[in-house]
Formats: sequence, C-alpha cells, structure tokens
Amino acid sequence: MFFEVDVEARAGDTDLACRFTAPEGLTVLFGPSGAGKTSTLNMIAGLLAPVRGRIAVNGRVLFDSAARINLPPEARGAGYVFQEPRLFPHMRIAANLNYGRKRASADDRAFAHLTGILGIAHLLARWPRTLSGGEARRVAIARALLSDPAFLLLDEPLSSLDRPRREEIMGVIERVRDELRLPILMVTHDHGEADRLASQVVEI
Amino acid sequence: MLSPDEWQVVALSLKVSGTAIACTIPLAFALAYLLARVSFPGKVVLDALIHLPLVLPPVVTGWMLLIAFAPDGPLGRVVMALTGGTVLFRWSGAAIAAAVMALPLMVRAMRLSIEAVDRRLESAARTLGASRWRVFRTITLPLSLPGLIAGAVLGFARALGEFGATITFVSNIPGETQTLPLAIYSQLQVPGSDAVVFRLACVSVALSLGALVVSEILTRRAGRGQHVL
Repeated sequence: MFFEVDVEARAGDTDLACRFTAPEGLTVLFGPSGAGKTSTLNMIAGLLAPVRGRIAVNGRVLFDSAARINLPPEARGAGYVFQEPRLFPHMRIAANLNYGRKRASADDRAFAHLTGILGIAHLLARWPRTLSGGEARRVAIARALLSDPAFLLLDEPLSSLDRPRREEIMGVIERVRDELRLPILMVTHDHGEADRLASQVVEI
Repeated sequence: MLSPDEWQVVALSLKVSGTAIACTIPLAFALAYLLARVSFPGKVVLDALIHLPLVLPPVVTGWMLLIAFAPDGPLGRVVMALTGGTVLFRWSGAAIAAAVMALPLMVRAMRLSIEAVDRRLESAARTLGASRWRVFRTITLPLSLPGLIAGAVLGFARALGEFGATITFVSNIPGETQTLPLAIYSQLQVPGSDAVVFRLACVSVALSLGALVVSEILTRRAGRGQHVL
C-alpha cells in the first residue's frame, strides 16, 4: 500500500483515532466536518504530531512513536495544498512558485509545462493580493507540484469556489492524477467530488 | 540658525540615540520573538523585567545603571576587563541609558508585528521544503519588517528624549553626555538664554515628530498587509 496511516492524536479538545491504507491513485478522505480530516493531512505532512502511531508513505516511515521517528515537514516530500491558498503575500507569483523548487534552473521546461497546464503563465509578475480565488488556488497547486513532491495532499481544494472554477480545478486534479501519476490524498465532504475523482474512498 | 555649541548638542544626541538603537535592534527583535513565539518558565518575569524601565522612575533606572556599571559593579568589571575603561560619564554610557529606556517600546512594537505574522504561511513554507531557519529568513522576518522598523524608529525617538536615567547615570557633561534634553535643562538655569532654549526645543520637536510620523506610516502599511521595501 502507498499510504499507511495508523495514528491517535489530540487536536484541540478532541481525540481522534484514524487508521487506513491507500494505494496509488487518488484517495478521498470523506467525512463530516470536525471528523479530523484536516488533522490527518497535517499529521502526514508533519505539521501536527500524533500522540502515538505510525505513518509510512511508499514504504518510507515518516512517523513512528515506537521507534521515535518523526521527520520534520521539510523532509517528508509532501505537496500540500491547503484549504486557503496560503500564498506568500510579500512575493510575486513567480517567487511563490519557485519557493519550493530544488533545481530552479534545470527544470525550466517542467515549470513552463506546469504553468501552462494550470493557466497561470500570465500571472507570474503579479502579487498574490491581486489574484482571484480560482487563480490563487491554481497557483497554490502549481507551487506544491513544483516542489517535486512524492505525493500530494489536497484539503478541500474545491470549497468556496463557484461552479465554473470548480470544474476548472477538478480538471486540473484529474490531469495531475492521470498525467503526472502522483499519488493524491484528498479531503472533501462533497459526494459529487468524491464520486468523480476518487479511485478509492476512505470514510473518517 | 544654530550656534556651533548647539550643533554639537544635536550631533551628540543623534550619535548617542543612533548607536543605542542600532545596537539594540537585534536584542529587541530576539526578545520580541521569544515573547511572541516561545513559551518557557519565567516568561512573565522576563516580560516584566523588559517593561520595568517603562514604569520605573527614570532616576531609579539611572541609579541602578550607576551601581551596575560602577568600576567595582558587576557590569563595570566586565567593561573594564574588555575595554580597560568605563562607560561612566562617557557618551557610551548615555547610549546605554538610552538603550535601556528605549528597549520596552521596541520590544512591544516588534512583538506585535511578529504575532501578526500568519503562522499558516510558515507551515506552508515548511511543507515546501524550507528549514526553520529559511522560513525565518524568507517569511517571518520580511513579514514582520514593518514592525521592526517602526519599533526602531519609536525607540530612536524615545532615546532622543531620554533625560532622567542619563543625567543620573552619566551626569551632564557638555560635549560628552549633554544630549538635547540635558542641554535644554542646563540652558533653562542660565538667565537670558530663552532663544537658545527655543531653538533646541524646536529641534527636539522636529526630530520627535519626524520619527513618530515615519513610525505611524510604517505601522499602517503593516496593518494593510503591504511590504515596506
């Protein structure tokens, strides 16, 4: 299995336990709000430490309380697209996109290809505050992909978007899934999204 | 406009305040970061100690500095061992007094701006492969820069106005420790020097007003989420 997650955690005042495995492809974490879906993504990304348990991705152990392994977020290889775009407000779009790139010049073709796919090539010189919601979200997805991640975490990537934008972003996610063949863990509470995108659904 | 003696007073004031603030900025920012981000035992005590000069009578602060930096005092010995001299009755002593009095204001402004930095941006940067240090350099520091500059300018204005601690600690020596407020005070004791007092007071008002305006503009920019540079 690509994702192996078996953790117990405390997020705020609620305890949560979560256990699932998922293959490559796109796995949807499905459940009502407050069930701990975002916390689960945060634990996999290394932003929230589980109380106990084990997290492995593609056979690589990211967290194991028994073996005292807890890799820092920057060593986990997660491409994380948060619910909010979280673009750095003091950097232009180009600088935002380049923030996570390890081989900034060697991969210019990949850069051009990706900004083309996502339709953001014309935004590179702009500041984040001048972008629309859909544009900002596409930049956030591109920024995560350009950091050369081993897998992708998507936290409600379609929430608070109007219908045309949702279609647009869904298309983008499908292309990432099918063309880049990147394993994806996606959180949603929308049945339609889950049905259309998921190769597997995990209920939390 | 100003006589050579008056220019000397203004120049000395700028030197004392400028040195005090330039040397205090890293310490103030480190303290502000500590108070804003780290929880540790004794944090309340540290916070209170930093703010003490704000509420203590300046004479008391000056007296405490005098005890500490006296040749046989705990800090005086360190200074003596390092430089072979003393800061008592020197402009460097005036700078120390100004720094101590300005520190609380600087830490306050910087702490607020660090607390205003969206930590979600920092975690996003971490997931993009940035180490803690790189996140600090590229996200936290630039985003809190307006507050850092505003705090420094505010501290500079406070240092320019320092009177009580300075006169207690390093006395009122023309050309060495006689800064603007001390010079004005001395001139007030001399009959018929109203014009000198007036000119020096005008310089004081202009410098302080300028500093406040700069600090206000920077703070507002920070409030709108704009970057300064």
